[in-house]
Amino acid sequence: MSAIATELAKLKAKKQLAFIPFITAGDPDLETTVSAITTLVDQGANLIEIGFPFSDPVADGPIIQASYTRALEKGIKILDIFTRVQELTSRPDFHTPLVGMVSYSLIFRYGVAEFTFAAKSAGFAGLIVPDLPPEEADELSQATQSAELDLILLVTPTTTLERAKKIASLSRGFLYCVSIVGITGTQSAQQQSLQQYLERIRTVTDLPLCVGFGISQPEHIQRLQGLAEGAIVGSSLVRCLHEKGIEGLKQQAQKLAQATLPTQG
Amino acid sequence: MAILTENLPDSRGRFGRFGGRFVPETLMFALEQLTAAYLEAKSDPTFQKEFRQIMADYVGRPSRLYYAKRLTEHVGGAQIYFKREDLNHTGAHKINNAIGQALLTKRMGKTNIIAETGAGQHGVASATAGALLNLPCRVYMGSEDIRRQELNVFRMKAMGTQVVPVESGSKTLRDAVNEAMREWMATVENTHYIIGSVIGPHPFPMIVRDFQSVIGEETIAQSFEQFGTLPNVVVACVGGGSNAAGMFYPFIPYSEVELVGVEAGGRSCESGEHASTLSYGQPGVLHGTFSYVLQDHDGQTSPVHSVSAGLDYPGVGPEHAYWKEIQRVRYTSVGDRDALEGFALCSRLEGILPALETAHGIVETVRIAAKRPKHERVVLCFSGRGDKDCAEIARLLKL
Ligand SMILES: Cc1ncc(COP(=O)(O)O)c(C=O)c1O
Repeated sequence: MSAIATELAKLKAKKQLAFIPFITAGDPDLETTVSAITTLVDQGANLIEIGFPFSDPVADGPIIQASYTRALEKGIKILDIFTRVQELTSRPDFHTPLVGMVSYSLIFRYGVAEFTFAAKSAGFAGLIVPDLPPEEADELSQATQSAELDLILLVTPTTTLERAKKIASLSRGFLYCVSIVGITGTQSAQQQSLQQYLERIRTVTDLPLCVGFGISQPEHIQRLQGLAEGAIVGSSLVRCLHEKGIEGLKQQAQKLAQATLPTQG
Repeated sequence: MAILTENLPDSRGRFGRFGGRFVPETLMFALEQLTAAYLEAKSDPTFQKEFRQIMADYVGRPSRLYYAKRLTEHVGGAQIYFKREDLNHTGAHKINNAIGQALLTKRMGKTNIIAETGAGQHGVASATAGALLNLPCRVYMGSEDIRRQELNVFRMKAMGTQVVPVESGSKTLRDAVNEAMREWMATVENTHYIIGSVIGPHPFPMIVRDFQSVIGEETIAQSFEQFGTLPNVVVACVGGGSNAAGMFYPFIPYSEVELVGVEAGGRSCESGEHASTLSYGQPGVLHGTFSYVLQDHDGQTSPVHSVSAGLDYPGVGPEHAYWKEIQRVRYTSVGDRDALEGFALCSRLEGILPALETAHGIVETVRIAAKRPKHERVVLCFSGRGDKDCAEIARLLKL
């Protein structure tokens, strides 16, 4: 089993939701990114998503896009991200699986095989590619498999079951379930439709389901108890880090992590 | 020898290896729905008849194929003809596509339209189609472009369209595309996104090409009528590539006709100084399609520059990438300074003020005609009129 699958299985046995925060690499700089990662680990993050800044992110909302723009204005390069992540993941006491969130535009330019190899060498456990539909995913799917990286693709409430099946068959580690029609950082999904949606997806896959997009408050996370295996939080943490620094991130992460624990009684 | 491209793109939206769909899953449903609706409309004579009727009564088609006598005499080579898309209602080819897609919106039972715009020509065309067909319209436009294109912003507002300033990234056309695509993801149930060129994920490059193909179809018919044969060379400027695709596509099977696409050479061929995607770019993924792009080593989109806002785009339609690869079309570029001279030359000799985009095509047309014998004919797709650029040109030429 991959590091991601192992971690999710362990949490499931404890009836605990995985807490999966997202932060942008290089916002405001890679030093801060590294301390943000260790802060998130201390606050109970089970997996961490690292966003690779991209100039034209269509899948991301305004908060994450603005963080990408800030990082790019400082001249961040993919190689710098790999170097810093490699330093971090080779620390003997660092065990949290890291997942890169990367536009296919960047992966294609880098070279599909080269990128997956470099990501693996840096210590990433998986890659989320938000703008790659299953029809175009064969090459990356093969490359990630030979590099032993988990490829994580996304399903949405408008995805047909037939497509969901195909997407799940190309995914490893977990299936990323977008909770709303739209983009990251906007309104949250209605409870009932969320339940129906996740139950529907479950009929076509045994992969753990982690829900993202529109999850920003402890209440959103609590609603996922018993429905999903993990909660992915992006925009609200990116905003905290930007506005209030590491200390702000720490406080917000603490509140969110609390909500992933099994509810008492 | 005829090259068969009639059945491209394939079912995955590929033109050779280019095209396809590189979009968030959220959009896949809408793209499949759009593909199905479009293919149905395409083979429905009632839909086609309605489109042609509006093209005739409202847009003023067919546009003229005009012999530019004084320019021809000035150059002293092959005969120069203009396919006068500047005479369309709203002053450019963009209206052909906007009306077509607005009709498609109605057919799909959607009630609202959104569009992106750079120079404002496609925004104006969409606003016009929205007013005509009673579809509330919102146009996304970079705040930098809003400042530069006051006249078109006014035209859109006057027709009841809401112009939404885009403040992200470079605050220009490519950010407006990102924003419109995003907005579409959230509103896709009742909103259609009228993309302005042969770019974006499948089926957009096909749909826009097909609605613009009226240009090339008319040109072929008019050529036979007016001079009894096909032209020797056909020239068009290329931003995203819609006027060029509409002009070239019907000519593709006639391999004896040379096709030439003209990109914006800007100030120089240094990165960031031009918008010549096919000449200096490389294959990559941008705005949902695999085509040529201008990117840095990391895959980040490069800044682009052109004196003409409509050519100022770091990508290009995937079918053009395909035509380049199979060497059916030759792509070249013309710089800012030459384009301004082309504008001046055409204005003085023909009494026609071209759009700055079109002015790039004029320069290449003159270069080609100069090298060719007098009995040959070069047709330029005269994509738009220059009114929108007058303030900017006056500033640059200190008129
Ligand atoms: C008059 C005119 N010509 C050409 C273009 C370039 O677009 P395309 O390459 O899609 O024809 C524009 C775009 O705004 C335009 O307004």
